[in-house]
Amino acid sequence: MTGAAETSGANKQAASDPGPDRTPDHPAGLDAHLVVTRGAFRLDVHLTAAPGEVVALLGPNGAGKSTALRALAGLTPLGAGHTRLAGVDLEDPRQRLYTPPERRPVGVVFQDYLLFPHLSALENVAFGLRCQGVARRDARSLAAHWLDRVDLAEHAGVKPGRLSGGQAQRVALARALATHPRLLLLDEPLAALDARTRVAVRATLRRHLADFDGVAVVITHDPLDAMVLADRLTVIEAGHAVQTGTPAEVARHPRTDYVARLVGLNLYRGTISAGGVDLAAGRRLVVAELPDADEVFVAFPPAAVTLYRTRPDGSPRNLWQVEVDGMELHGDTVRVELTGPVPLLADVTPLAVAELELAPGKPVWAAVKATEARAYPA
Amino acid sequence: MIEPPRVPHKERAVVRKRAVRPWARRTPAVRKRAAERSRRGGAPLALLVPGLIGLVFLVLPLVGLLIRAPWSDLGSQLGSTEVREALKLSLFTATVATGIVLVLGVPLAWLLARTDFPGRRLVRALVTLPLVLPPVVGGVALLLVLGRKGIVGEWLDDTFGYTLPFTTTGVIVAEAFVAMPFLVISVEGALRAADPRYEEAAATLGASRWTAFRRVTLPLIAPGVAAGAVLAWARALGEFGATITFAGNFPGKTQTMPLAVYLALETDPEAAIVLSLVLLAVSVLILAGLRERWMTTS
Repeated sequence: MTGAAETSGANKQAASDPGPDRTPDHPAGLDAHLVVTRGAFRLDVHLTAAPGEVVALLGPNGAGKSTALRALAGLTPLGAGHTRLAGVDLEDPRQRLYTPPERRPVGVVFQDYLLFPHLSALENVAFGLRCQGVARRDARSLAAHWLDRVDLAEHAGVKPGRLSGGQAQRVALARALATHPRLLLLDEPLAALDARTRVAVRATLRRHLADFDGVAVVITHDPLDAMVLADRLTVIEAGHAVQTGTPAEVARHPRTDYVARLVGLNLYRGTISAGGVDLAAGRRLVVAELPDADEVFVAFPPAAVTLYRTRPDGSPRNLWQVEVDGMELHGDTVRVELTGPVPLLADVTPLAVAELELAPGKPVWAAVKATEARAYPA
Repeated sequence: MIEPPRVPHKERAVVRKRAVRPWARRTPAVRKRAAERSRRGGAPLALLVPGLIGLVFLVLPLVGLLIRAPWSDLGSQLGSTEVREALKLSLFTATVATGIVLVLGVPLAWLLARTDFPGRRLVRALVTLPLVLPPVVGGVALLLVLGRKGIVGEWLDDTFGYTLPFTTTGVIVAEAFVAMPFLVISVEGALRAADPRYEEAAATLGASRWTAFRRVTLPLIAPGVAAGAVLAWARALGEFGATITFAGNFPGKTQTMPLAVYLALETDPEAAIVLSLVLLAVSVLILAGLRERWMTTS
C-alpha cells in the first residue's frame, strides 16, 4: 500500500487510541464522542478533526461506520456522548440537547447519492440553498456555480437518472457543499462506481476535499480510498476505534489483524525475550531491531517471505515448515496463504509458483529475514 | 440452463419456439413463469367450462347494453335536460369530493405510513372499513351524525342554521366518505414503496419535514396519488347507496347519474340506457388510464 506515504495531515497525532477524557484539540473543528446502542451492538467512538482536515472512518461491514455517520448527521440520536462542531454544541443527551439534521451545518454525500429523481442536477444542487431561504434566482446561480466547480455545467438540466455514476457522485458532492457545511460526511463515496471510473473519481474527489475548508469525514471499507483521501484514519471494528493515525502510521504499524490484512502485512503480537519475540504456543520470531518494550507487534510484508521446496541450507533464523492453504493473483504477483506453526501471507512470482509446484495442501519451507521484520510497542 | 419443462405432447412445439429466443435476455423470473405456464398445459374441462361461463356472465350484460342502446337518437337523449343535469351534478360532486379526499386523505396516508403511534393498526382498519361497509349503512351512519337530529348535525343546525342532508353538499359528503379509503390505501402503498432516505437526504440539506414532504416525497409518490385520486373519483361518480340515503333524490340538486339511471329505468328505459352508457364509457376510460399501474400482474 504505497499510497500510504502520501499524507498532508496538519495533525501529527500519535498512533494511539484517543482516551475518553481528551480535550477538544480544535474548538473550530469537530469534537464528537458517539455512543449509540442498538440491541447487542454498541458504537462508542471518539472523533476529532480540525477544519480542513479529512478523516477516514475505516472498518469492515457492520463495524458501525454508517451508524457513526448517521449520528454525526443527526439522523440517529446519540445514546450518550456529545457532538460539537465549529464551537457549537449540537448534541448532548445529558443536557437533553439534540439538534435535528436540518439545523446542523452538516452536508452528506450518501452512498447511492440519493439525488432527487424528479429534479434536474441544478435543482438538486439548489435544493439546500432554497431550504436556507435563498431566493430562487440566487439559489440557481449559486447552484450553477457549484456545478461548474465539479465540471458539470453542461449537465445542469439533466435529471439524475441520465447521469453516469461518476457524474451523479459529483452532483451529490456539489449539492452537499452548496449549503456551505462545516462538516462534510461522505458515505462510501466510491463504492457505487465501477473499477475504471473509481480511479478518476477518487482523484477528483481528493482535489475537492483539499479545497474544502470544513471538516470532512469519509466512511469507507476500502483502505485505498481511505489512504488516498484522508489525512488521518480511524479504524473501527465492532463499534470501537482500534487505531487512529496518519495513513502512513496505520499502514506501517497495524494494530489488529483486520488492519494488517487491509494493508497487506503479516502481523503478530508477542513478548520480547532474549533478542527475539515469543509468540503464542512457543513459536518465536527473530527481529533485527527491538524497541524498548515488553509487549510488541511484529509486522512484515508478504514479499519478505521466501519459500523453499526443501529445507534451505544456511541458517535463516525464522524458518518454519508450512502448508499452502490458498493462492490468489494480485497484479503480477501471487499471494500465497500458508498455514502451519505461524500463519503467513507470502508474495511470490507466477514463475516461483510453477518452480515450487505450489498447490493447496503442498508442504513448503518458509523463511523470513530478521532485517525485514519490524517490531513496535503494543 | 434450466431443465426442459415436462409438457404434454401438444405443447412441445410451443416450448421449442420459445426456446429459440435468447435465454440470456430473459430474467430468471420471466423464465420461471414461462416454464410454469407451459407446464400447466391444456386447461381441464372442469375449469375451462365454468371459467368461460364466468367470462360470458361478466361481458354479456355490457354487450346487451350496447345492443339495446338507442344509437339513432343518442344525441337528443344526451341533450335532454334530465341527463345533462344529472351528468353535470355527478361530475361536479365527484370532483369536489375527490378534492376533499385529496386534502384529507394524503396527510392521513402519510400519518399511517410514516409515523408510529399507539393503535395505528386499529386506525388503519377503521380507515379501510368504508371499503367493505355496505354504502347504505354508510348513509345511515352519516345521517345519524350529520342529520338534523345527529350529534354534529344538530349543533350545525343550531349554530349556523345549516343542514347537510338532502343538499348537494350532502351528496359530496356521502361520496367523499365512501371514496376516501381508495385514495388513502393507494397513497399509503406509494409512501411505503418510496425510499424514506430521500426525506433524510432532504433533512441533511436543511429541509424541515414539511418541506421534505412537499418538495421531495409528494413528487415521488405523485403517480400513486394520481391513481388513488382517479379510483376515488370513479367510486364517487358511481356512488348510490350512501347518496340516496343521506342526500335523497332531488333532480338538479342531489340526483346524480346512478340515481337518475335507477329512476329512469321505471319511467324512461331508453334514458336509463343512455345514462348507463355514459357511466360505462367513463369506467372504460378510467380503466384504460390505470391499466399501466393496476394491470401489470397480467
